[in-house]
Amino acid sequence: MSKDMNMGKYLVSSAAERPDFAAIAAWIPNGASVLDLGCGDGSLLRYLKETRRVRGYGVEINDVDIVMCIANGVNVIQNDLESGLSDFEDNSFDFVILSQTLQATRHTEALVSEMLRVGREGIVSFPNFGYWKNRLNILRGHMPVSKELPYQWYDTPNVHLCTLQDFEMFCNRQRVAILDRRVMTGEFEMKLLPNLLGSTAVYRFQRGL
Amino acid sequence: MNTTNSIGIVRAQRAQFDTPLVFRSGAVLPRYELVYETYGKLNADKSNAILICHALSGHHHVAGVYADEPKNVGWWDNMVGPGKPIDTDKFFVIGLNNLGGCSGSTGPSSIAPETGVPYGASFPMITVEDWVESQARLADRLGIKQFAAVIGGSLGGMQALQWSLAHPERVRHVLAIASAPRLTAQNIAFNDVARNAILTDPDFHGGDYYQHGVVPTRGLRLARMLGHITYLSDDAMADKFGRELRTEQLNYGYDVEFQIESYLRYQGDKFAGLFDANTYLLMTKALDYFDPAHDFGGDMNKAFARSKSDYLVVSFTTDWRFSPQRSREIVQTLLHNRRNVSYAEITSTHGHDSFLMEHPHYFDVMRAYLDNVASEVSR
Repeated sequence: MSKDMNMGKYLVSSAAERPDFAAIAAWIPNGASVLDLGCGDGSLLRYLKETRRVRGYGVEINDVDIVMCIANGVNVIQNDLESGLSDFEDNSFDFVILSQTLQATRHTEALVSEMLRVGREGIVSFPNFGYWKNRLNILRGHMPVSKELPYQWYDTPNVHLCTLQDFEMFCNRQRVAILDRRVMTGEFEMKLLPNLLGSTAVYRFQRGL
Repeated sequence: MNTTNSIGIVRAQRAQFDTPLVFRSGAVLPRYELVYETYGKLNADKSNAILICHALSGHHHVAGVYADEPKNVGWWDNMVGPGKPIDTDKFFVIGLNNLGGCSGSTGPSSIAPETGVPYGASFPMITVEDWVESQARLADRLGIKQFAAVIGGSLGGMQALQWSLAHPERVRHVLAIASAPRLTAQNIAFNDVARNAILTDPDFHGGDYYQHGVVPTRGLRLARMLGHITYLSDDAMADKFGRELRTEQLNYGYDVEFQIESYLRYQGDKFAGLFDANTYLLMTKALDYFDPAHDFGGDMNKAFARSKSDYLVVSFTTDWRFSPQRSREIVQTLLHNRRNVSYAEITSTHGHDSFLMEHPHYFDVMRAYLDNVASEVSR
């Protein structure tokens, strides 16, 4: 961060423009309690606060994002997700959200289990590595670089990329019950061949039996 | 931000209180004075007031300078002023010297009207709760029913927390910086060593040294030296002093050889010349006693159940006297009670002292939070 402390550099995002935001909001009833892990600048929480009147908190590690969250008027706790969610009590939230962060977590299994300790339900969104454009990139001999995956192989934070099928197998093995799924490409929902045609997946799940 | 943008010339004011104050210990102070300063303008509906609570050795002179002392800059002048994070163009900011202090408010070195000699050892043991009550009376005097925010670092953060527990309706926002919900055994232990240095000084005279024309300088000096070590981080000390010597060679004696020794002795001497030993004792005891959970069977969650405020909690990575973990305990209690709370952990090398220093992320966090507070109040 620069020494210039002019707040002008923090452009406060007004409304959520990401397609997964609307899909997530559609699952969340008015007045629910929400924990958003890796909440970035807080724009999802702000969107949920404005559209669903949620009681929300975010967890974020990045300094600039912490300031953005505060400027966005959302509660944010500066902490590293990878060190667990020990600040949060069992069943203290209706929903725990991991939006476009799953693929960048190191201890993914532990985190999903923590999500379902703290929350009644979990929601994750992630870029579908099985999307046809990604497959095409690989066929052409390159790692995919796109709007959803904007990094080069050498600077990507994404260490755990997966396809829809991979995630569903993971849930099955972790005794996580999937309640709902939305697969999107841009703002369009993909019902046909989602693992091939969808670029972003959003899942809602709870503890399985 | 313009760091030289000072509030400019300020002046201290006094408020006399003639209604007896009953302390938590049961002691009664029949009358007392508080010295305070204010910056900025109180708005028409008196909703833009911010109270700054000071730490162990702080006082009412928070920002600006005095007309006759242009070099006497307030202790938080980098944070408080026009266009600064605690913006005096938007807020009416109050700083006071706490009761029991030695900067103008009634304290052990003040003359007791009943006896005509300084209170000394007879000054009541004071707690954070007692301070908040005395501050509430000052707020009443100034016509402030509700503070936009109460802000403090360290022991000041404890007062800010206590405000939201004692007067939930009177505080919209609490900013607790480098603070803790209560001290740990280690922290009490440091305070006890500091107190023992003073209490065992032959010039202490049971606290009534004023009449003997002496000051327990040695004790106070040692207390401050110990305190100072705990306010800095190992890294900060290593960076600033390392093993640097004052002279070219080792002298194999007990005089000052290493630069750190020189620095600590200088800090100790400076402090001992300015501060009152009895006040130091009182302040450290107030730190030790503070425990909102005490009346709730040790359950901090229950203690905070009555709070209605929103909170900003800030800690510094290298602060080991009031570590980030202690701030996170505050956050956990607030989460349990479903309060609005944000928490920032500032990466800083300066240990506990970080809360007094200018740091971009720290100041950005404060500014962003207080901008929102400002938007809630009318101009």
